[in-house]
Amino acid sequence: MSVTVLEGKNIVRDYHVGGGLFRPARTVHAVKGVSFTVQKGKTLAIVGESGCGKSTLARIITLIDPATSGELFIDGNKVDIAKDGLTKEMRRKVQIVFQNPYGSLNPRQKIGDVLGEPLLINTDKPAEERRDLAMKMLKKVGLGPEHYNRYPHMFSGGQRQRIAIARALMLNPSLLVLDEPVSALDLSVQAQVLNLLADLQDEFQLTYVFISHDLSVVRYIADDVMVMYFGEAVEYGSRDEVFADPRHNYTRTLFAATPRADVASIKARLAKKKAA
Amino acid sequence: MPLLEIRNLTVSFDTAAGPFMAVQGIDLSIEPREVLAIVGESGSGKSVAMLAVMGLLPDTATVKADRMAFDGVDLLGLSPSERRKIVGKDISMIFQEPIASLNPCFTAGFQIEEVLRFHMGMDRAQRRARAIELMTLVGIADPEDRLSSFPHQMSGGQCQRVMIAIAIACNPKLLIADEPTTALDVTIQKQILDLLVSLQAKYGMGLIMITHNMGVVAETADRVIVQYKGRKMEEADVLSLFEAPQSNYTRALLSALPENAVGDRLPTVSDMLFEPAPSATGAAS
Repeated sequence: MSVTVLEGKNIVRDYHVGGGLFRPARTVHAVKGVSFTVQKGKTLAIVGESGCGKSTLARIITLIDPATSGELFIDGNKVDIAKDGLTKEMRRKVQIVFQNPYGSLNPRQKIGDVLGEPLLINTDKPAEERRDLAMKMLKKVGLGPEHYNRYPHMFSGGQRQRIAIARALMLNPSLLVLDEPVSALDLSVQAQVLNLLADLQDEFQLTYVFISHDLSVVRYIADDVMVMYFGEAVEYGSRDEVFADPRHNYTRTLFAATPRADVASIKARLAKKKAA
Repeated sequence: MPLLEIRNLTVSFDTAAGPFMAVQGIDLSIEPREVLAIVGESGSGKSVAMLAVMGLLPDTATVKADRMAFDGVDLLGLSPSERRKIVGKDISMIFQEPIASLNPCFTAGFQIEEVLRFHMGMDRAQRRARAIELMTLVGIADPEDRLSSFPHQMSGGQCQRVMIAIAIACNPKLLIADEPTTALDVTIQKQILDLLVSLQAKYGMGLIMITHNMGVVAETADRVIVQYKGRKMEEADVLSLFEAPQSNYTRALLSALPENAVGDRLPTVSDMLFEPAPSATGAAS
């Protein structure tokens, strides 16, 4: 039976840009009424270019920023952090992994402390238990106990992203928001991290909201796809529907712009070049 | 005669732990009017090799080569001032982060005109006319207004267009593009790649594309060199590389592409038995 973990109804987010002496204040509509649902254990991919509002939406789903209007349900409960604030229990349910693993880890914090911190803040587990859980999580994401006392600068980009994923999983969240988790990584490392995410999803029945601008990654990982353009969801459907029959012009532009690395398209390009 | 010919290039950096070999015996040549792609992951030495050609490496780097000739001129024998006359004029380079590689204190127009003043000795009116011509050529709307824009007033795609305008200002024979589209959105990436390829065809430049993106290689290159940890793994024309990759490393890279995924897990490079293919020339193992 499918359980809805995340539901958004008509989510709007406006930013008010304060005016200066010679400039009037104005309002930027970053997200203009977006609705979606994600079932347990599934992946919703949000695609779009920079400035389309996908990261703003990620911050709303992660309960970092409140929505200006609209309703957000997590595990069936309505959440409104602007009015009710954020409980520790809600914080445990949603976690996020950021794009840049070099910027999202505190350089002066040992890996063990990085992983223990969510437990320290949100639970009252004793130090020893936090340590055990952190050790276990390190193993789960493909690192070892010897990494516990190291600092972030001693790790490669792929390893740091594993640490960021481990930190996000420390509280056993039901929903994980991944904001461009592989776009800063090399191709082979990207493959490893994507595999790790797939393994973790199978093991813990995790629900992912995967934000990306790379269509080939989205096609590989997503169950449902939402394409955003200037704050609006211009396309929303199952992966196969969207990729087989894109309805909106912008989606088609996006597909056409994605470089193709198959032999047939190379042959076509070379033939065209020869003719020119 | 090849436009650029490099034989047995070695670059090492002095570090506290002894010399670090970033490039280990790379051979490379590019003909006029050819598009050559150099592919590799971070740490493969692909950028360092090209920075060595440009002479842009810091003092801690030691560059050695049996031969490094551009258009018949031996680059290693030139004095720094003679080399400065070639670099930026006949060989020019564009970099990965367009906003960071422009000087934030000067307008786009000033930075384009600077090259024209230094290398071509044009007067003020000629420079301005040529700058407008270049801005139009690289597809910037309202070029006359944009001349007085600062980098922070433009988008990433526009900044990269300005970088390209600076790079092609003196009609170079060779353009080196180091990850020109990595920081850009896919739709902008497409526009920039199309622009580079059309300029290359129009002016008959040699173009070296440094990238880690197999899609970019497939869309632009005639010939491809695959590098790993400072060594050349494979060299082939673009079609044979994708149809029948010779080295294990290239095969691993291609199978790690999400679009080539079979089943629900991706093969990773470490899954493949790793050894350089015997055909990889220059791999001194």
